[in-house]
Parts: sequence; C-alpha cells; structure tokens
Amino acid sequence: MCGVCGCGEGPIHSHDEPHDHEHAHDHSHDHGHHHHEHSAEHSHAPGLTQARMVQIEQDILAKNNRYADENRRYFSERGMLALNLVSSPGSGKTTLLTETILRLKDELSIAVIEGDQQTARDADRIRATGVPALQINTGKGCHLDAHRVGHGLESLNLPEHSLLFIENVGNLVCPSAFDLGEAHKVVILSVTEGEDKPIKYPDMFHAADLMILNKTDLLPYLDFDSAQCISYAKQVNPRIKVLSLSAKTGEGMENWLIWLRAEMALQRIAYA
Amino acid sequence: MHEMSLCESVLQIIEQQAKAQQFAKVKTVWLEIGALSGVEPEAMHFSFEVVMQGSLAEQAKLEIIEVPGLAWCLPCSCEVLVQQLYDECPHCGSHQLQIVGGDQMRIKELEVE
Repeated sequence: MCGVCGCGEGPIHSHDEPHDHEHAHDHSHDHGHHHHEHSAEHSHAPGLTQARMVQIEQDILAKNNRYADENRRYFSERGMLALNLVSSPGSGKTTLLTETILRLKDELSIAVIEGDQQTARDADRIRATGVPALQINTGKGCHLDAHRVGHGLESLNLPEHSLLFIENVGNLVCPSAFDLGEAHKVVILSVTEGEDKPIKYPDMFHAADLMILNKTDLLPYLDFDSAQCISYAKQVNPRIKVLSLSAKTGEGMENWLIWLRAEMALQRIAYA
Repeated sequence: MHEMSLCESVLQIIEQQAKAQQFAKVKTVWLEIGALSGVEPEAMHFSFEVVMQGSLAEQAKLEIIEVPGLAWCLPCSCEVLVQQLYDECPHCGSHQLQIVGGDQMRIKELEVE
C-alpha cells in the first residue's frame, strides 16, 4: 500500500503484534479441525536441506488496521465524526452528499474525501457547494485504504469538530474489508437496484451500521419491494438501521440530518 | 479483486520477515482464510501467483487453510456453524447471530530456506 507515495513503513508501530519466532520443524503439524495436508517436501530430512518453518500468525490486514487505528485516534482527539460511505456505482452518493452539505454547511465544518479510480469529477461537484474536498484516485485499486486516507487528512488539515465524509470507490465488495478508522460505514442502496443486494453482497451490509435507501421518489415506477430489501439487510446484519430518502426531492432527508447531528454530538463526549 | 491487494500485503509481511528472520527464499505460505472473510480462495491463488512474481516467494506454494464460519445464536445461547453471513440459526431459525469465528485472514506460517 505504500508503493504509491513511497513513504515506506511510516511512523506507525504496533505493540500488539505477536513476536515472531522460528522453531525447528521436527514435529508433525496439527491444524486441529482444518482439513489440511502438508505437502511432501514439507517433511524434510534433517541435514539435506536448510528449509525451516517460520511462524507468522499475523493478520493480512494488520498494516491497514494500524493506519486505521491512527486515523481513529486523529478523529477522536479532534472530536471529529468520520463516515465511510459505500455503495455500488450510481447509487447517488455524491448527490446525497451535495444535498446534505447544502443543508448543514452553515452549522458544521464539513469536508469530503472522494475515492474514485479516475477523474476529479466528484470532488469538483463537492467543491461547488463551498466545502473542501480531496480527490484520491485509486488507479486500478478497487477501494480506499487507511494509509491513503491518513495522508488525505494531513493535506486537508481540518478544524476540530469537523464532519468528514469519506466517499469510497463505488464497489459493494472490496471496501468492506478495509477499515479507514471511520465511526460508521454507511451503505447506500438505490431503489433502482435489486432488493436482494444485501444478500448478494452480504459482507458490505454486515460491515455497515446504517443503510440509506435512496431515490425513493422513483418507487412508483419500479417493482422494488422496500420491506423485502430491509428484511434481507436485517437478515445479514440484525443491528443495521435503515433510512429511506430521496436526495433529489428532499423527502426523508430530515431523518438523515437528525442522525448526523446526533452522531456529531456523540463525538463531543470525552470518555474516560 | 481485493485479493490482489491482500496478496501485496502478504508479500510485504514476507519481505519484512525475510530481513528479521534471515531467509532468502520462501517455499510454502500457509494462510488461514475464514469462510466469512469475503476472500475467495480461488482468486487468492490466482493473485498470489501474479503478485509473487520476481519476489523471494516466486516459486512458493500457497496453502489455504479454510476456517468454517462460527456464530453465537442469541436465542439459543450456543455457537452454531454458518456458511454465509445471511444464514439463519440451524436450530431455531433466528437471524440474531453474532459472528464469532471464520472472519479472519491471517498469515499462519512460512516454510523458508
């Protein structure tokens, strides 16, 4: 992940990683209930080869998670609310954001990090509302990672108690695995998509705390079954909360604004 | 295709370990992949080959240990096996399940020389 900016390992150190150790491999491996056969060359005769085993026991995403923890500490120290907005392409994330910003920008300091594979079109749309936006182009990458978001925070240099929206790459699969340090993942599903998206892409709906059902103004023209969709989402994630709205007509937007204000207020609590 | 970036993370960890533990070649990599981790073992094998090219793990064999999904059923107060995040409890049919295992993706160990 550091290949892009060449900043190497970064200043982040973890103290909770297991200490790695090697051990002479003269015993048979037992992985418990896993059906796992070690390969033939694995049982080497001593002296014939220098092959040895090295225990790692490390989360593949450990590095991303360390950067995410750093971001989370950054947000918490500044009383900021960071939300990671995820959805398929075309669900209306950017319109939801511009409409939200227009309603809240006089009472809150707001900024947006935009993730897209290419172009700065979304950041331009956000900037037109008068709030700072940073475009991160992931190139061939299918998701934002915590390291790039951390660099984004450095360049945005936001005031305390800001509301930061991180609009992830339009993709219902990959961004679910990458913690950016956000307070919540908010998944946006438009009613022009299938109501079975929550069970087709369960990882994302499982990772999200809030689901926004967008474009409800189009419901009269569609066969979309909202109740079934919400039921699928709760099947995957019994704790998920759902808001229905139309960013275009403004119907239902008030509930979303109440949710945002409440979450902002919670960031001001200094927990012991 | 986030399996590609996962494999890149695997390679980074291997390269760090190569310095710390003094090895020059990796023969086998064991990954522990949970059934609920969102990782497709087949895609992982494909990406692994591509990402490891030209590295100290170029010839390495990838062994994936698949770990079954495990959830705690609130109504039954017991652990149950699940295949998918949207599965219901096999005993009571409830969806009030908390995932307690099978969502990991870890590098377990390496065979090196």
